[in-house]
Amino acid sequence: MAADMAIAAPTPARRAVRKPRPTPLEYGRKRWLQAVVAANFIFLYFPIVSLIAFSFNDSKRNVTWQGFTLKYYDQAFHNSGLQEAFLRSIGIAVTSTVVSTVLGAMLGLAIYRYRFPLKGPFEGLIYLPIVIPEICMAMAMRSYFGQFGIPLGFMTITISHIAFSFPFVAVVVRSRMAGFDESLEEASRDLGASPRQTFFNVTLPYMVPGIVAGALLAFTLSLDDYVITAFTSGPGSTTFPVKIYSMVRQSVTPEVNAASTVLIVLTLSVTVIAMWIQSRSGNKSMAS
Amino acid sequence: MKNGKTIISIRNVCKRFGASVTAVDNANFEIEEGEFFALLGPSGCGKTTLLRMLAGFENPSDGEIVIDGQVMEGVDPDKRPVNMVFQSYAVFPHMSVQRNVEYGLRVTGVPTDETKRRAKEALELVKMERFAERMPSQLSGGQRQRVALARALVKRPKVLLLDEPLSALDAKLREAMQLELVRLQQSVGITFVIVTHDQDEALSMANRIAVMESGRVRQIAPPAELYEFPNCRFVADFIGKMNLFEGKVAGVSGNQIVVESKGLGRIAVPYSGSAQGDVGIAVRPEKIRLDRAQPGTDRVGLRGRVVELAYYGDESNVFLENETGVTVGVNVANDARKTEAAFSIGDELWISWNPADTLVLTE
Repeated sequence: MAADMAIAAPTPARRAVRKPRPTPLEYGRKRWLQAVVAANFIFLYFPIVSLIAFSFNDSKRNVTWQGFTLKYYDQAFHNSGLQEAFLRSIGIAVTSTVVSTVLGAMLGLAIYRYRFPLKGPFEGLIYLPIVIPEICMAMAMRSYFGQFGIPLGFMTITISHIAFSFPFVAVVVRSRMAGFDESLEEASRDLGASPRQTFFNVTLPYMVPGIVAGALLAFTLSLDDYVITAFTSGPGSTTFPVKIYSMVRQSVTPEVNAASTVLIVLTLSVTVIAMWIQSRSGNKSMAS
Repeated sequence: MKNGKTIISIRNVCKRFGASVTAVDNANFEIEEGEFFALLGPSGCGKTTLLRMLAGFENPSDGEIVIDGQVMEGVDPDKRPVNMVFQSYAVFPHMSVQRNVEYGLRVTGVPTDETKRRAKEALELVKMERFAERMPSQLSGGQRQRVALARALVKRPKVLLLDEPLSALDAKLREAMQLELVRLQQSVGITFVIVTHDQDEALSMANRIAVMESGRVRQIAPPAELYEFPNCRFVADFIGKMNLFEGKVAGVSGNQIVVESKGLGRIAVPYSGSAQGDVGIAVRPEKIRLDRAQPGTDRVGLRGRVVELAYYGDESNVFLENETGVTVGVNVANDARKTEAAFSIGDELWISWNPADTLVLTE
């Protein structure tokens, strides 16, 4: 107010103090646009919010709100089938993350670094697992394992997860490398470092944010995958998402909501960490 | 500083990329120990490629490079007695200033206490000792360049290679760094080879300059010689400003040459060597005088009409149309404190210069 008056003081009579008009690109101040954004948010996130809210619902049938309770979390934690599936999911996710991160990082670096015949088509093929429908990939995996007589289980799930997540790591690492100043490597060689020393002292440290972000991405992809996992799992190798789905088919109890909420929180926090690492490294490389 | 000993020999060096691109075409010269040597030319002339061949990042397609008596063929960059300051400085972003400077010593197994001592000396040399713990992202462009310099000098190279080291700095800082680089080179006594496209930079810093054009070395000479006695039209035009008329040789008598050109008539110029046929007749803008009265007959004179004026503070450039068909540019020093221009557009003036200041260019 004081500032407004100070500005208005020299020309008090000529015109009233008024808000500056929004500039053409100031979308944040357009009412209708805010409404559209709000509607989108409600449409997208209301189901998730209600899922989380009803995980605290004290009602077995879980249709109307009966009161707050944590007993279904307790129940979910003590459901041995769910627990087992959860641990199996974590095991698969960790294994596939480690392998796909190493593969993906090497691939991302190779695509960035080298020129070779048919590089374009090769890059396209690498990214194929990202774009082809998951169901096709799942079917392909299943029939492939079947043809070679590989028993479905922990191993086949893990292999499939590696297959669909390492291209994501490659993409992230590749885009991280796009901002790399190659004269850093030359400077290292020039200062007396061997190619090996140069890689570990200069190139790898630069790749790390990309590798970490890619690894977290691979982890969340593996953790919540349903389609491919359902096709490549055998008896006794149920994962967490598959288990939740089978529970839903019986009845939607708050226990399912509770288990789902745990999964949401887990993937969300991993994703936030990945984004934070990426944005931080982005700022840093811009500053340097 | 210079002791006449050759530190770098570049012998018939060519660099071709693919079948059609010749980046460096038969470069053949030597650089003496202790020299501040500049490779100067427009972008794409091959100067950076030549520097990168000295550093070992490119291999010559032909010819050989000898540094400090050692043939460089097959010697990797990490084994060469040279170090480089990159155009982007290439300061390692994830290491502190201290770690950056120590890097070249640590990777080659220099003992820790010696590493610390030499890094400290190098940082003092470039006046960066107060910033040792900073990260590169906390430094300005000029400071980062000092780090790059210290990091290279700490290795005590025989030759320091500098690739456009000042191009990323703003004008004022660039000028200050030019002087500082010269001072630094004199204090460490290391041979500096600098690549630049900025003729002022080369003229003000280097002992000798090699001017390159599309892969070829056109002239190698000390700055003043390059400026006053360019050997071809390209060098004459690239270094400083030049008024260039086309003419013919009318005769040679003793150590004088007589050239003839439309609008200029016959001019007798001191000249040694031979020339015939078409030649370029050139004169620097600051060698020309403008008068309202006709100058003496001992000067080359012609009438001109002012068509353009440009004011630069310390001097003004006056452009005159005349009967040679070439618009003549003249630098007039603003040596008195006043705001009125000495000349205005449309003025009819006499353009004149001393015949001895005329250059005859055969190439």
